[in-house]
Amino acid sequence: MWCWIRRQLGFDPPHQTETRTIYIANRFPQSGLYTPQKFIDNRIISSKSPECNSQPHILEPLVLPLPQENMFQYTVWNFVPKTLFEQFRRVANFYFLIIFLVQLMIDTPTSPITSGLPLFFVITVTAIKQGYEDWLRHNSDNEVNGAPVYVVRSGGLVKTRSKNVRVGDIVRVAKDEIFPADLVLLSSDRLDGSCHVTTASLDGETNLKTHVAVPETAVLQTVASLDTLEAVIECHQPEADLYRFTGQMMITQQLEEILRPLGPESLLLRGARLKNTKEIFGVAVYTGMETKMALNYKSKSQKRSAVEKSMNTFLIIYLIILIAEAIISTILKYSWQAEEKWDEPWYNQKTEHQRNSSKILRFISDFLAFLVLYNFIIPISLYVTVEMQKFLGSFFIGWDLDLYHEESDQKAQVNTSDLNEELGQVEYVFTDKTGTLTENEMQFRECSINGIKYQESNGRLVSEGPTPDSSEGPFYRNSLSHLNNLSHLTTSSSFGTSLENEIELIKKHDLFFKAVSLCHTVQISNVQTDGIGDGPWQSSLAPSQLEYYASSPDEKALVEAAARIGIVFIGNSEDTMEVKTLGKLERYKLLHVLEFDSDRRRMSVIVQAPSGEKFLFAKGAESSVLPKCIGGEIETTRIHVDEFALKGLRTLCIAYRQLTSKEYEDIDRRLFEARTALQQREEKLADVFQFIEKDLVLLGATAVEDRLQDKVPETIEALRMAGIKVWVLTGDKHETAVSVSLSCGHFHRTMNILELTNQKSDSECAEQLRQLARRIEEDHVIQHGLVVDGTSLSLALREHEKLFMDVCRNCSAVLCCRMAPLQKAKVIRLIKISPEKPITLAVGDGANDVSMIQEAHVGIGIMGKEGRQAARNSDYAIARFKFLSKLLFVHGHFYYIRIATLVQYFFYKNVCFITPQFLYQFYCLFSQQTLYDSVYLTLYNICFTSLPILVYSLLEQHIDPHILQNKPTLYRDISKNRQLSIKTFLYWTILGFSHAFIFFFGSCFLMGKDISLLGNGQMFGNWTFGTLVFTVMVITVTVKMALETHFWTWINHFVTWGSIIFYFVFSFFYGGILWPFLGSQNMYFVFIQLLSSGSAWFAIILMVVTCLFLDIVKKVFDRQLHPTNTEKAQLIKTNSSVKCLDSMCCFSEGEATCASVGRMLERVIGRCSPTHVSRLWSASDPFYTNDRSILTLSTMESSTC
Amino acid sequence: MTWSAAARGAHQPDNTAFTQQRLPAWQPLLSAGIALPLFFCAGLAFIGLGLGLYYSSNGITELEYDYTGNPGTGNCSVCAEAGQGRAPPPTCSCAWYFSLPELFQGPVYLYYELTNFYQNNRRYGVSRDDEQLSGLPSALRQPANECAPYQFSAAGLPIAPCGAIANSLFNDSFSLWHQRQPDGPYVEVPLDRTGIAWWTDYHVKFRNPPLVNGSLALAFQGTAPPPNWPRPVYELSSDPNNTGFTNQDFVVWMRTAALPTFRKLYARIRQGNYTAGLPRGAYRVSITYNYPVRSFDGHKRLIFSSISWMGGKNPFLGIAYLVVGSLCILTGFVMLVVYIRYQDQNDEDEDEQ
Repeated sequence: MWCWIRRQLGFDPPHQTETRTIYIANRFPQSGLYTPQKFIDNRIISSKSPECNSQPHILEPLVLPLPQENMFQYTVWNFVPKTLFEQFRRVANFYFLIIFLVQLMIDTPTSPITSGLPLFFVITVTAIKQGYEDWLRHNSDNEVNGAPVYVVRSGGLVKTRSKNVRVGDIVRVAKDEIFPADLVLLSSDRLDGSCHVTTASLDGETNLKTHVAVPETAVLQTVASLDTLEAVIECHQPEADLYRFTGQMMITQQLEEILRPLGPESLLLRGARLKNTKEIFGVAVYTGMETKMALNYKSKSQKRSAVEKSMNTFLIIYLIILIAEAIISTILKYSWQAEEKWDEPWYNQKTEHQRNSSKILRFISDFLAFLVLYNFIIPISLYVTVEMQKFLGSFFIGWDLDLYHEESDQKAQVNTSDLNEELGQVEYVFTDKTGTLTENEMQFRECSINGIKYQESNGRLVSEGPTPDSSEGPFYRNSLSHLNNLSHLTTSSSFGTSLENEIELIKKHDLFFKAVSLCHTVQISNVQTDGIGDGPWQSSLAPSQLEYYASSPDEKALVEAAARIGIVFIGNSEDTMEVKTLGKLERYKLLHVLEFDSDRRRMSVIVQAPSGEKFLFAKGAESSVLPKCIGGEIETTRIHVDEFALKGLRTLCIAYRQLTSKEYEDIDRRLFEARTALQQREEKLADVFQFIEKDLVLLGATAVEDRLQDKVPETIEALRMAGIKVWVLTGDKHETAVSVSLSCGHFHRTMNILELTNQKSDSECAEQLRQLARRIEEDHVIQHGLVVDGTSLSLALREHEKLFMDVCRNCSAVLCCRMAPLQKAKVIRLIKISPEKPITLAVGDGANDVSMIQEAHVGIGIMGKEGRQAARNSDYAIARFKFLSKLLFVHGHFYYIRIATLVQYFFYKNVCFITPQFLYQFYCLFSQQTLYDSVYLTLYNICFTSLPILVYSLLEQHIDPHILQNKPTLYRDISKNRQLSIKTFLYWTILGFSHAFIFFFGSCFLMGKDISLLGNGQMFGNWTFGTLVFTVMVITVTVKMALETHFWTWINHFVTWGSIIFYFVFSFFYGGILWPFLGSQNMYFVFIQLLSSGSAWFAIILMVVTCLFLDIVKKVFDRQLHPTNTEKAQLIKTNSSVKCLDSMCCFSEGEATCASVGRMLERVIGRCSPTHVSRLWSASDPFYTNDRSILTLSTMESSTC
Repeated sequence: MTWSAAARGAHQPDNTAFTQQRLPAWQPLLSAGIALPLFFCAGLAFIGLGLGLYYSSNGITELEYDYTGNPGTGNCSVCAEAGQGRAPPPTCSCAWYFSLPELFQGPVYLYYELTNFYQNNRRYGVSRDDEQLSGLPSALRQPANECAPYQFSAAGLPIAPCGAIANSLFNDSFSLWHQRQPDGPYVEVPLDRTGIAWWTDYHVKFRNPPLVNGSLALAFQGTAPPPNWPRPVYELSSDPNNTGFTNQDFVVWMRTAALPTFRKLYARIRQGNYTAGLPRGAYRVSITYNYPVRSFDGHKRLIFSSISWMGGKNPFLGIAYLVVGSLCILTGFVMLVVYIRYQDQNDEDEDEQ
């Protein structure tokens, strides 16, 4: 809506056309018909306007939230109005603004200051916070925008600022510089017009990427020659996808127009860095906020936490209470006023004006006046306090040493602080496998070549298992030397039984490893690819000295493995790939790369061997390669692949196809057509790829091991004990996934594993589901695990959602394999909208996890090896999966308790605050007389009671963090938003009301018939009465906070007692002076007079104690009669005197230093016996205690003392 | 700690007590073990205090007379009838006779009490001008708008003191007569009309406007008295220290009461023979009956009360302390039973486990 208005107002002009036409160097055609398109300047403005974040679209996992229209940034002069505007868009602030305006307009009991000042305060605090963030952004923007850039203009190189670069400008970028805009590469210092870039800051991929210029422009390597270039680029309007760019360049050369296609390979993205290339020239096509980098700016998550939702519910309830009170008061006022003696007694006559005003108008104004009188029941500072709590509180995550990963020097990262408390509410964890549960550090383990399985050991292949030909055993033990021979294609073999057979085998081997070392996108670091030759140093280059960089760790592992075996990939330049087979260099001409994509799940290269033969090598998932194969040992390989998968290895199948030159020409032509297509290029390419990758001959399969991360089983076990259901969603195949699940404890041996796989049809799937449901019902003692694969899942989701969900809910572990990224998000959405509306958490590390991270309530990114996509799009990013347990059980728990108490307390204290005012109306003819002085009304929320709760909400630790982490069952105590349930809310509200009744009627009885309370017989007035109520209230409310506090640091002491002291000091000061600027001097000496009365002191003590008495009794009885696990855990801690030790021996995540000290101490004291440890566990839910298998896996046991 | 600066990664968080949430803290638990003694102690303390307060309050004597003059309630009913519905009502006198069998322990304070009089009505409460009352000459000429309809007189003169509160100043007056011997003459008991208002009100908050030619009357020239007042503000008392805005009756009245039933201090009896209190004998209070209350069902009362350190007779505080104290003890016992009962059970539970 808001975006729409702004669009209408012309803030962000929509692009009129689908494509943009760019005249290079802004040389427009001479004909006058041309109207230049308008482009925005190259200014980066990173201020946010959150309303415009469209929900990330589920269908496009890689496309990040839409651009922020950043015309709306703050500058110095528009800061104030724009901040105000932003602020009043919030409903609560708007409400108070309305109240303020009402106070200004009509005759209300309280001065406008009473609501104006808190509002001002709240807005100022928020504005300062926003202003500060904006200032930081502004500074960094300035730095970026002011960076020097060299632009070709009027025949020379002009130095200008980055923000002055316009679309069409030719920009020069030197080595190791960052591109200032999205550029189309024109030329580089190399003849072929190629350059290398790294996009680490964009997508985290550290490998070098090669970009190439169009041949016609590649020759223009000087400023002078570029000045003669006349060309027009036509390309799509900007979009966020980093890897998509389609366009064409029309070059006018000697009156001849040459059309050249442009693809992502010629687009240099802003933010990427030029590497290994001296300089390049490029023409800016997207600038400023339209660059792909800016379009991918991390946007603030629009996720709303459950706490916030309940907060809004409570607000509505309070609004209803407020309106009800106002209506009751208004009605009662008029029923009282029906009698003239109350309405207008002789001592209190009305003015003519008052008498004559319209009845309806009076009624409305009376209603509004009551509304104003009671409006403080809506806690004005709630939002700002919550915001501050979240903002400041989130620092603790980043600061936590336990969430710091030393090896990678990464600490936890908070991308949004809005969801802190949601970490304590998680019911479902969806985790990716690769890189999340595993290290994503691939290690080549086994392979199957031509139907024979081999294991790698020390750079050699050893065949394993019964092979068809037993004599091959010794043969392959020395495969290295054989490959040597093999490469020469010599036939001399001292082992052979059947020579031809062997040659065939050797050929296959050769081809297999050639394929492995050619079919990839691996780069070699720090090798100047220019002029790579047969120099002596190069041939002596040992494989171990080469360092490979790859976007996919699988590829890296495979290339490394091939190098160990003896076929070393040395590098690629222009269009050749160089492979050294035991010292002998072979050059393969790289003709085409059919890039990997997740739909095809394979990639291919077309190369020309030195012999001139053309090969297509394909590598991909077995499901995508095997069906395309027509030759090779397909069946045996399939069995082997399954075997590998059972061991938890990742498998890839390798196949090839020899192309005749006629076939190749056809392919080449089709590819060119597809690649140059301006419309629907992706679809056409996919078709061509489909056409090319067929009739393959299977070479074999590789198996790569991915090591489990540290402490994954323990973490998963802990999650389960916390009542969290863990779902593993992976793209791996069924067997791999199951075996990893077993090894990481997601499934365990005692579990009954149900399967829903390979479902072909709808009815079949339904039948299977029903069968599973029955099995679960029959045997509900044992835990169930469910395995679903992608295809069955989509079937199950299409028609039988409910049935499927029923089955899932009854399974304690679910494993989804063969999942496409979209399916991951879909599953999460399905769980999210199921009737229980559980809170979901998704954790993943790769770009394919982005969609699920954004879909889940809480998205956690693992800062892994597969780039930063996931981390950047997540709400929280951590380095390792195991940190999840501390993040959830400790931080999540704390944040939840803190904010829940914060919210409840705010409502409570405002009920306490305003209810006496409401009650007072019954004693003052509903005349809207305020009970408290205006200053007290104003300062109550912003001064007297604000700090203790804020400090509490930052520092509270109701249980020791170590105990929280080691007793995951405690997490259940706060599940389902328990602290903010309607029941708890009612308790707090009723408590607030009862406290208010005690303050008010206590004071009322004390004053009774207004009997003197002073030793000198003098009387108090109404202001003293109100001050007495207020004093009791401030003390009670503060002490109530103190009762809630379990963790008394000096800061808590300071603010709690400081608040009370401040109230007294302030009141002395305020009442002690006649304030000249205040019209009425109602409060003059009232407070001091009040305190000079002994009775008042006794009354204050009595009322405070009475109020808290109720609460204490409830607390004590609750603790005694039915203590929650949390309360029991608190007790455990206090009972054990050696607390630190306790935590040391049980706290496995701790630093090594701590652990060693702990162990030493343990030995000395002899504590930490196993019995003690298991006692800690025994308090857990009985459902789990009978399952011994959990205990064997538990953290506790493993960290033996 | 063992972290050496060199070994630390660039992004390693600081290892301080604050950042690691390890600040030393006192972690009290509200368990029965702590609460039990607390309850018993608090209960006993409260009961003790309650007893003290109760007896202290009981020691105070109060003598009260309703002189509203409802038909058949003494001789004030004549005045009440006469003054019905007229403002300002005609002057009327009546009297209250009482006798004290023994000494009324002093110091004795004389209060008047009004009921159903809503001084806390907002329209009434704001109808004053604190600046005028602090003697600001400009406010004298231009009273605050809140004072309306008692802002300007019918003749257009500014009213001083303006507003409904001032206008409705309580104007009954009392004198106390003592008959020492039966049938003896009534001797007037001196009533100390000073020291009835807050010291700060009388000395700081309420100020007369600066005198003009040494005369208060001239200072008030050009103003009108409130419509209900028979005489201007500077003639409230003949005592120059007790007239004008600083008249103590006026100051007392201007401190509006919190509840519709309220007392205001009229005088203290502490002079002459009456320092120790009112000796036994017969007394007469002569009442100048001016103030109409029957139109709003109000009552007027006269109260003689002695005062302790904690003020007037107020049994509430003592009783409340006793009740809360007993509750504490009672809860303590219940808790004790529960504690013993469930302690065993808990132990058993733990043993089982």
